[in-house]
Amino acid sequence: MPDSALEGGVPPQNSEVWEAVIGMEVHAQLATRSKMFCDCSADYLAAQPNSSVCEVCLGMPGVLPVINQRAVELVVKTGLALNCEIAAHTKFDRKNYFYPDLPKGYQISQYDLPMCGRGRFEMGDRAVRITRVHLEEDTGKLLHAGDALHTAEESLVDLNRSGVPLMEIVSEPDLRSAEDSRNYAEGLRALLRAIGASEAEMEKGQLRAEANVSVRPAGGDQLGVKTELKNINSFRALQRAVDYEIRRQIEILEAGGVVVQETRGWSEAEQRTFPQRTKEYADDYRYFAEPDLPPLELDLAWVENLRALLPELPATRRRRLELQYQIPEYDAHQLTAETATADLFEATVATGAPAKQAANWIIGTQPTLDAASLAGLIDMVVKGTINREQGLLVLREAQSSGKGPAEIVRERGLIQVSDLSALAEVVDRVVGDNPQAVADFKSGKQQAAKALLGKVKAATGGTANMSVARDLLMERLNR
Amino acid sequence: MTSTELLDRHLAVIERQEPRIKAFLRVTEDLARSQAAEADRRLAAGENGSPLLGIPLAVKDVLCVEGVETTAGSQILRGFRPPYDATAIAHLRQAGAVFVGMTNCDEFAMGSSTENSGYFPTHNPHDVTRVPGGSSGGSAAAVASGEAVYALGTDTGGSIRQPAALCGVVGMKPTYGRVSRYGLIAFASSLDQIGPFTHSVHDAALVLQALSGLDRRDATSADRPVDMLSEIELGVEGMRLGVPREYFQVEGMEPGVRTTVERAILVLERAGAELVDVSLPHTDYGLAAYYIIAPAECSSNLARFDGVKYGVRDEGARTLLDTYLRTRRHYFGAEVRRRIMLGTYALSAGYYEAYYKKAQQIRTLIAQDFEKAFQDCDAIVSATSPTVAFPLGAKVDNPLAMYLNDVLTLGGNLAGVPGISVPCGTSEGLPVGLQVLAPQWADATALRVARAYEVARDA
Repeated sequence: MPDSALEGGVPPQNSEVWEAVIGMEVHAQLATRSKMFCDCSADYLAAQPNSSVCEVCLGMPGVLPVINQRAVELVVKTGLALNCEIAAHTKFDRKNYFYPDLPKGYQISQYDLPMCGRGRFEMGDRAVRITRVHLEEDTGKLLHAGDALHTAEESLVDLNRSGVPLMEIVSEPDLRSAEDSRNYAEGLRALLRAIGASEAEMEKGQLRAEANVSVRPAGGDQLGVKTELKNINSFRALQRAVDYEIRRQIEILEAGGVVVQETRGWSEAEQRTFPQRTKEYADDYRYFAEPDLPPLELDLAWVENLRALLPELPATRRRRLELQYQIPEYDAHQLTAETATADLFEATVATGAPAKQAANWIIGTQPTLDAASLAGLIDMVVKGTINREQGLLVLREAQSSGKGPAEIVRERGLIQVSDLSALAEVVDRVVGDNPQAVADFKSGKQQAAKALLGKVKAATGGTANMSVARDLLMERLNR
Repeated sequence: MTSTELLDRHLAVIERQEPRIKAFLRVTEDLARSQAAEADRRLAAGENGSPLLGIPLAVKDVLCVEGVETTAGSQILRGFRPPYDATAIAHLRQAGAVFVGMTNCDEFAMGSSTENSGYFPTHNPHDVTRVPGGSSGGSAAAVASGEAVYALGTDTGGSIRQPAALCGVVGMKPTYGRVSRYGLIAFASSLDQIGPFTHSVHDAALVLQALSGLDRRDATSADRPVDMLSEIELGVEGMRLGVPREYFQVEGMEPGVRTTVERAILVLERAGAELVDVSLPHTDYGLAAYYIIAPAECSSNLARFDGVKYGVRDEGARTLLDTYLRTRRHYFGAEVRRRIMLGTYALSAGYYEAYYKKAQQIRTLIAQDFEKAFQDCDAIVSATSPTVAFPLGAKVDNPLAMYLNDVLTLGGNLAGVPGISVPCGTSEGLPVGLQVLAPQWADATALRVARAYEVARDA
């Protein structure tokens, strides 16, 4: 369809008229050492093609799967973190279809008895209902010499990824905007990393988000026709794809048309969605219970033990950081995206740094220093021993050399000049040497003061306490 | 006698018999010679470990033997040399066994006559114009003709017991889960079991002892005590043997077979067993349920043979879909394609409930039939096959008549219980088998009853 109207011509969806309804299917590779059904390493990203494989994940004749217990544990932990009902009796099923990246001709997945049933994902101010969480195996990868499988002259198959444990988290259609969708996916990422279930790096394909998007009259109780968005490689792409799709559907509906139920891909290059497959070609996967794996009985005591061992989840921690340290919600949100970041924040504050300063430094610089060194650095800046820019310099050097910040400051003589008489001397000299700039300032050009201040800074080799220098300069200029 | 001398004798029999029997797809003489030489070294060094050390056996072509072409009797796997041993094969290798070759079978073990082989039919050593039974017909014929001391087969609906009966040898299907299926090219995963063909019940117990046990590579294998031998000579005195009336009324049961089996059962009674009348009321539904469940599983298990990774590929194909269609159409045989289609249909949306789900319910009922019957008896005795070996070609155009050959054996697979066939005389000059079925995990009981029959028969 023509897209000109969509590129800015149509205003953002009118929330009084239309309402977007979005459900998400998120696949996450589990952080296990070995694959789902064999002993091969699951860490395939750096491996040569078809090197992290064995007869089992190659689907050779006669081989059998054996369940990776750690993968089961990680899915149950995820289910617990999402407040899901954990199934006492669960099983694996075969999903049958032909594709060259699927060596057995079926994927071992879960159909009618998923490991985790209905749950709730707490997203700060509200909750998104979780439909299910189940365990399956990843497929291999194809590299086509051409644009698509059906036009390619040749396709290369890499089965390193075949059999990597994969978890699918399905939500109810409780999301209402593109931003909402992104927040959900980012929130899930933080959660999965916090509990150690997945590395969840979207760019590495460890987290894959698909959005089911439909639009209906605002406040309606019936769902519109949905499209399923795929090929999304980043959180930003997710937000853009959903946003594009909402606008596209509204435009169709406002023109009196009907949305076609289909799978649509997201083109990063064109920044638009495009049709991939319509529902009329829907596959019949002929699910049936995997006869090679006996049903799985999950021991209740084991599940309760996992529940007791769950760490503080990001949403809970975010609220606690806000309250306990009196920092803005934004800061708390940023700090809890990674457990290690929040840990560093709390440890830095515990070592004596002011909370807001610690938050600013950690969010702004993502330091790799230990908490004590970082607190020491922040202390020097807060006390005015060094200025902020010197602080950044010291941070960089501390991180690359491994030396302590105080040691670096001492070695490089980076004590900032706050001495009034010494600074006044420099200011006087700069003002005297730059009559044109002084004249410009006096004629009303505020910019000129900035230039002069820059010269003061240069003249002191960057060691000036800039707030003292600014006061002196303004006093001198306005004299 | 050395292992090498024993092997030489069997290779000589193979050379003499193969032109008329055609039991082997491949004779692995080089491998066998090196294994026999190794066995002789071990024997000379005084090793008295496994009784299987240095003994030549034949392997059904569905069990992966590392480095040896293994094709499941199918053209689609022509040239496939697995880089791994099936667990059963690994056990025998460790015991010092000597592999003389891969035996012919119905393609992917689908058939009851070995005529569905993708290569050639095998002939019954008792009458070469007749089939050896199937699907493990090559293994049964190899043992019957003296080409190997024993052989391995697989049994999904009777594929060990029926050819054993038709060729006049002992054949046993153990309890499901007794022997690891790892490396067994799957036909129907929930039914397949590996088992031995031997000349005697005692030999069958020895081989089964070596094959059995928990395997961490097979999640359906069981951690159960393995003791096939200590009860084997105890006889049937005081045992209750169930005679299921339905098994003597099946369609196509030959009168000669019935008479021979009834006489064998009376031999057991004279040996001290008490005969009790038992009922397996859902027998009539077993065949239908089996021919839905087995094809359903096979339609999925055989999806991996797509021409992409191993075996052969139709190089004339222009597109991916064409590759799948042409490879599978040209290199799968008619019966395999029939069952894949049947199974695909039975699992399809809209038919699953009516076929696959119903069949699973019947399977549960049949398992309950056996449980109930075993409350009244220690083992069940019947004919193994309703007929003796039939002429080559007699049933190839009538799949239903062919399927009826499994009617007395497939219940054991659906219920997962062990079963053994032991020769019990002849009808029309051809061998008849007596089947002994025992409760789950009571493989030793089946062996004991079969052994007691052997003793009484030969007395």
